[in-house]
Amino acid sequence: MDLVQLQRQLVEYRTSLYHEGFLDEQFTQLQELQDENNPDFVVEVVSLFFEDSERLLNELTKALEQQSIDFKRVDAHVHQLKGSSSSIGAQRVQKVCIAFRNYCEEQNVEGCLKCLQQVRHEYSLVKTKLESMFQLEQQILSAGGSIPM
Amino acid sequence: MGMAADSEFHVLAVDDSIIDRKLIERLLKTSSYQVTTVDSGSKALEFLGLHEDDRIHQNTPSVSPNNHQWRLQEVEVNLVITDYCMPGMTGYDLLKKIKESSSLKNIPVVIMSSENVPSRISRCLEEGAEEFFLKPVRLSDLSKLRPHLLKTKSKDHCKEQVDEKPAFPSPKQEGKEEQQQSKNNKRKAMEEGVSPERTRPRPNGITSMV
Repeated sequence: MDLVQLQRQLVEYRTSLYHEGFLDEQFTQLQELQDENNPDFVVEVVSLFFEDSERLLNELTKALEQQSIDFKRVDAHVHQLKGSSSSIGAQRVQKVCIAFRNYCEEQNVEGCLKCLQQVRHEYSLVKTKLESMFQLEQQILSAGGSIPM
Repeated sequence: MGMAADSEFHVLAVDDSIIDRKLIERLLKTSSYQVTTVDSGSKALEFLGLHEDDRIHQNTPSVSPNNHQWRLQEVEVNLVITDYCMPGMTGYDLLKKIKESSSLKNIPVVIMSSENVPSRISRCLEEGAEEFFLKPVRLSDLSKLRPHLLKTKSKDHCKEQVDEKPAFPSPKQEGKEEQQQSKNNKRKAMEEGVSPERTRPRPNGITSMV
């Protein structure tokens, strides 16, 4: 695939991510903070998000496996996940977190378990998609091109 | 590319989320401020020179021998921007402590929160916060900081020149591992005078670790 095709593919892919609600305006804000002096800013923040989310998902799994569930603790983790997903513009993850918090408040175990499954799913989707997008960007840069905005 | 005047302002950003710290740091640097980030209210107070017993340790090396290195260089913080929801000391608690301190009360404090709770907002403003930003914070929000900073700018303060004093052994590698380890290690790095999130030019220009 030549450079122009790659660039077009990237733009289409990125647009679809916004269209399907995986990313929102906040992700655009992140991209605008990246420049020649900080060329890896987006990848760095997103990588932090991946690490942090995985940690939180593990904590959530553990917390919900307990005999006697500490809903405050569960809520605290979801709150963190909601915050970080919001900060990078991972809209679908954020939305599940909102529902998740409501179940925590109601102390609804079923609801919480369902949301955990959902949030894992949404996280894994956005992770895959962002990684694909970064890969495309790398291909473009390796081919000597620049990333279209 | 910031004007020299702007980079005289030093902002202390407080947030327990590593993602948000990275974000606020980038936002502040883009706005040409010098930035130090810490992950808790207690670390913020430590950095500001305020200890639990409310005494300010100026040049006393007794507490933490290496800590006083940047203390001696008269680190001045022109503004504190803090997250509201943090474990232990909340942003509100931090705000209160700063406003109750005779030496720190004139430092403008800005609160950030992911939750739009009117009673929370008014409580913070009543306690003396200059602004309340909803997260995620945008560059446009930061433009509101300037007037508060200009108000407090005094002509005769001694500006710390961290760049000219490569006294700390601060290899990038150490910083990299730092981020991935627990907060205990982070505290240790702070005490050794190495703050991985501190603004300091490195050969390859990377000041944040992933």
